[in-house]
Amino acid sequence: MSNTEVSNKSHDQYYVPHLAKWPIVGSIGMTLAAVGAATFMNSETASTPVMMYLGFAVLIFMMFGWFAEVIKESEGNLYNPQVDTSFRMGMVWFIFSEVMFFACFFGALWYVRNLSVPWLGGEGVGLMTNTELWSGYEGVWPTNGPGDVGGKFELIDPYHLPLVNTILLMASSITLTIAHHALVDGARKKVIGWLIATVLLGAIFLFYQVEEYIEAYQHLDLTLESGIYGSTFFMLTGFHGMHVTLGAIMLTVITIRLMRGHFKPESHFGFEAVAWYWHFVDVVWLGLFIFVYII
Amino acid sequence: MSHADTHDHDHDHKPKGFVKRWLMTTNHKDIGTLYLIFAFAMFILGGALAMIIRLELFQPGLQFVQPDFFNQLTTMHALIMVFGAVMPAFVGFANWMIPIMIGAPDMALPRMNNWSFWILPFAFTMLVSTFFMDGGAPAAGWTLYPPLVLQGGKNLAFAVFAIHMLGISSIMGAINVIATIMNMRAPNMGYLKMPLFVWTWLITAFLLIAVMPVFAGAVTMLLTDHYFGTTFFNAAGGGDPVLFQHIFWFFGHPEVYIMILPSFGIISEILPTFSRKPLFGYVSMVYATAAIAFLSFIVWAHHMFSVGMPFGGELYFMYATMLISIPTGVKVFNWVSTMWKGAMTFETPMLWSIAFVILFTIGGFSGLMMAIAPVDFQYHDTYFIVAHFHYVLVTGAVFAIIAGVYYWIPKWTGNMYSERLGKIHFWWSTISVNVLFFPQHFLGLAGMPRRIPDYSTQFAEFNMWSSIGGFAFGLAQVFFIWIVYRTIKGKGTTKATDRVWEGAKGLEWFIPSPAPHHTFQDGEPVKDEQLAHVSSH
Repeated sequence: MSNTEVSNKSHDQYYVPHLAKWPIVGSIGMTLAAVGAATFMNSETASTPVMMYLGFAVLIFMMFGWFAEVIKESEGNLYNPQVDTSFRMGMVWFIFSEVMFFACFFGALWYVRNLSVPWLGGEGVGLMTNTELWSGYEGVWPTNGPGDVGGKFELIDPYHLPLVNTILLMASSITLTIAHHALVDGARKKVIGWLIATVLLGAIFLFYQVEEYIEAYQHLDLTLESGIYGSTFFMLTGFHGMHVTLGAIMLTVITIRLMRGHFKPESHFGFEAVAWYWHFVDVVWLGLFIFVYII
Repeated sequence: MSHADTHDHDHDHKPKGFVKRWLMTTNHKDIGTLYLIFAFAMFILGGALAMIIRLELFQPGLQFVQPDFFNQLTTMHALIMVFGAVMPAFVGFANWMIPIMIGAPDMALPRMNNWSFWILPFAFTMLVSTFFMDGGAPAAGWTLYPPLVLQGGKNLAFAVFAIHMLGISSIMGAINVIATIMNMRAPNMGYLKMPLFVWTWLITAFLLIAVMPVFAGAVTMLLTDHYFGTTFFNAAGGGDPVLFQHIFWFFGHPEVYIMILPSFGIISEILPTFSRKPLFGYVSMVYATAAIAFLSFIVWAHHMFSVGMPFGGELYFMYATMLISIPTGVKVFNWVSTMWKGAMTFETPMLWSIAFVILFTIGGFSGLMMAIAPVDFQYHDTYFIVAHFHYVLVTGAVFAIIAGVYYWIPKWTGNMYSERLGKIHFWWSTISVNVLFFPQHFLGLAGMPRRIPDYSTQFAEFNMWSSIGGFAFGLAQVFFIWIVYRTIKGKGTTKATDRVWEGAKGLEWFIPSPAPHHTFQDGEPVKDEQLAHVSSH
């Protein structure tokens, strides 16, 4: 093995960037956001979390800068297929980590529904707990617990907005796939059209999701504080909504890049990564629709 | 390691100036160095907290600290050692060694590699700053069990966000390791030709990506329970505090293997070198590592035997836990067989490695004792468990890290460490660490509870011995700083050869010492005779 140094110019060699100026900006942004949010949560008087917003602004600035650098290198043909594979693996394993994050909340939902709520209701080992502490509590899902935390609430009908939202997201997966096929065929205008359709479907989904939250808070008395039902419902759908928002922003960026002539029929990893991410949030929604809304 | 400039490799485009060289670096060796220095600093900080704990426990009664501060000390000692010292040290080794061992030009995603490291100093500054807040640092133990942890001061939000940041750092680091190993191997570096250290890290990285997000979810639930009125862990709202324990240990058990599998890798590199024999049962080592990793996902509730679980659950988790001793036994027997009839010499790394095999096995046996559910009712939350996990983490993980430092520091710096000082460090540490932790077994069996600043007078003598051992062990690591400093500066040392160790095999020993800033150009195939683990053996 020779020790000749890596030249960063040649196309057939693995591209190793020389300096990374954005990570430290990202760390500063992340820290500002975290300290700002923590201070805000701890403050006893009403305040605006200025530091948190500043942190998010720095993070967004960092992402623009970092991605711009990567896009420039990519369009400048500095990446060989091996670099492409590294990016692909990075995205796949990132999505896997997201799967595990949602699995944590789905697991918590499974545990409370099948174990802890029945135990509180006196099933199995919970007999004495029920008789001595929570006498009269039935332990039937949906529940805000034996303490009636947050007061009485009603459920969202899965066959109205949630069903519409399911259809919207499933349709958006189809439009995105059509766009992908068009990209492979080199039909740029068609790609952009179908991508815009995808983003619109995502936006309508988010709009209905907000409508649903307003309905829940104002008319159904279902809030984040409605015991374990409210906790699991809003945390699961809320994190999903955040991911849809992020996915929609990513799709928008891809659309703008397509308008600027980026991507080739044979090489468009940025597009594919976002598509994988979008399909992932779709699958999570299917899980939500079944386990949170219907069952 | 600026002295490298004085050698003949200064034509290698090392960035000039502190900010460019260290803050903006994309070089796997520089990032590895940063990780190792940071881990060392956190090891000293976490160790300092441990010294205060042992000082307070030197005698019965309250002498130096109040109980609440004592709880903060035990909590922060653990968080700092786990997430600040042991894990970053292994990532440092991964950064330095994996690209060199598999013939890669660098880590697969060099910019993200920089970010993985540079999150850590910020996250730990935030975490440690909680000591100075109203109500002090988190004090519910590193396991952060509710409802206790929800009753602390303002630290919860800071601790949770610090953990989120550490998780992001770990996940990015793990993704980088996987992409590097799967995508960046030189031609002819097949999976079953990889050094075992690379294998153990590949499997560790899978564990990290699978469980760090789960931990993030668990602490997020703590956060919303405390600040936003959710009731995940509140029975009145239909939740369950035990739910947290299940989620935590679903993360926590793989986490302890995250801290030990890379140790297995390091030891599996060192023992063959100084036994002058190839590793015995290489392929079985790979399978055993994978088996341990798989089992780590299905044994978590053995941390919770006394919490109240259905009988079938107790039985299942007991037997599943005992299964782990099979692949672990495969490893220990393979290490012993590697040394068997070898032409052994006992340089410092070898001494640490042999001590690892013996002392880690003691920790493994006490683990097996605790796997027996009915017996664990007696051991639970006593000093017996403290003795157990310090045997696997200090004489296990930390000993492997120190062994690895002695083994590879000639390659990193171009200088041999002082063999005489290294051996003094080894005997000093090994004797004192046993004085420190062995009596804790007896304390635990006699019923002394953990995480309590005061104790009954019957425990006084063993605690005194334990504290004396603790101070001696702590001092030995300050001595270690001096040894490392002298090696880096090349004081009282000799220049290292490229091969460094007579019996060493593997790509890292075929490049100059110190390793040049950029090592391999991609595309050049690896030669079988350079490798330790080629199937023809």
